[in-house]
Amino acid sequence: MTTEIPLIGDYSTPGTELNGARIGVVTFPGTLDDVDAARAVRLSGATPVSLWHADEDAAGSLKDLDAVVIPGGFSYGDYLRAGAIARFAPMMDAIAAAAGGEAGSTRGLPVLGICNGFQILTESHLLPGSMIKNDHLHFICRDQALAVENNETAWTRDFAPGQRITIPLKNQDGQYVADEPTLDMLEGEGRVVFRYLDVNPNGSRRDIAGITNAAGNVVGLMPHPEHAVEPGFGPDTEHGLRTGLDGLPFFTSVLSTLASGGAA
Amino acid sequence: MPTIVVDVMPKPEILDPQGKAIAGALPRLGFTAFEQVRQGKRFELHVEGEVTDQILEQARTAAAELLSNPVIEDVVNVAVLDESEASA
Repeated sequence: MTTEIPLIGDYSTPGTELNGARIGVVTFPGTLDDVDAARAVRLSGATPVSLWHADEDAAGSLKDLDAVVIPGGFSYGDYLRAGAIARFAPMMDAIAAAAGGEAGSTRGLPVLGICNGFQILTESHLLPGSMIKNDHLHFICRDQALAVENNETAWTRDFAPGQRITIPLKNQDGQYVADEPTLDMLEGEGRVVFRYLDVNPNGSRRDIAGITNAAGNVVGLMPHPEHAVEPGFGPDTEHGLRTGLDGLPFFTSVLSTLASGGAA
Repeated sequence: MPTIVVDVMPKPEILDPQGKAIAGALPRLGFTAFEQVRQGKRFELHVEGEVTDQILEQARTAAAELLSNPVIEDVVNVAVLDESEASA
């Protein structure tokens, strides 16, 4: 996968312990944000590696990777249900096995599912619950404030606990739902990683924007960190137009996790 | 050609925003008798030859594993379509 040099960017050398990390980015038919996700990986200091959904040796392709991102888009046109068909791709079987399955494991492969990637992770039963259409039925595209409620996952350790961040949100089927016992379990175990702030944009139960598995190596969220990683392209902030970089710590977090020798 | 019909509905406790939107549109067109609308999905699986018990069982499994998501949906019907209805 080629990633062009950003027009404006932070060229400071990443910490030496971060060099050499290889992070896979999966492409399905209908994936849209794989190139942006690869660019975010590169800007964080790691090397993006393109992964194909139908890879016949998917397990082999994952072997020398340190983490995987399942990016956003509309895999299979969202036909049947968002993520429902992508979930059966050979690459997803390999990712589920490497991540440690539903329970996860502290040695499991770090996996980040963004938007459609989150939907695929719920359909794969790697994360509980499901996504249905936004309660207002409209596609929504806006900069969205979130609270980072769990900064001990593989993908959030570079955030402060409770930190307020703003990253883009853009989807049609973004309403997170699960039954009450599952929601209570997620809250009780601290597995609600991100909660919408200021406004609930889609009717998600308990304002949930993102969750993790029990081990903290698999994280899924609806908003898009990969769209807030370089000056000139992120959300507006008090420092100026499009200066928001709140997505970058997702990708540096996993490098910190790897540098410290495993999932959080 | 024999056809197996699979009907999938959103679970009663899951908000059905599409059904709600339709329920809102009905009275605007003068259809005032309908209090609530739920929108589901109907799948038609066409079978080459006879529908055996084994094929019907496959349809039930497919309905549970692919055609529906048990977190948000219920499979409410898996049945062989009546031939007279099919040709109608």
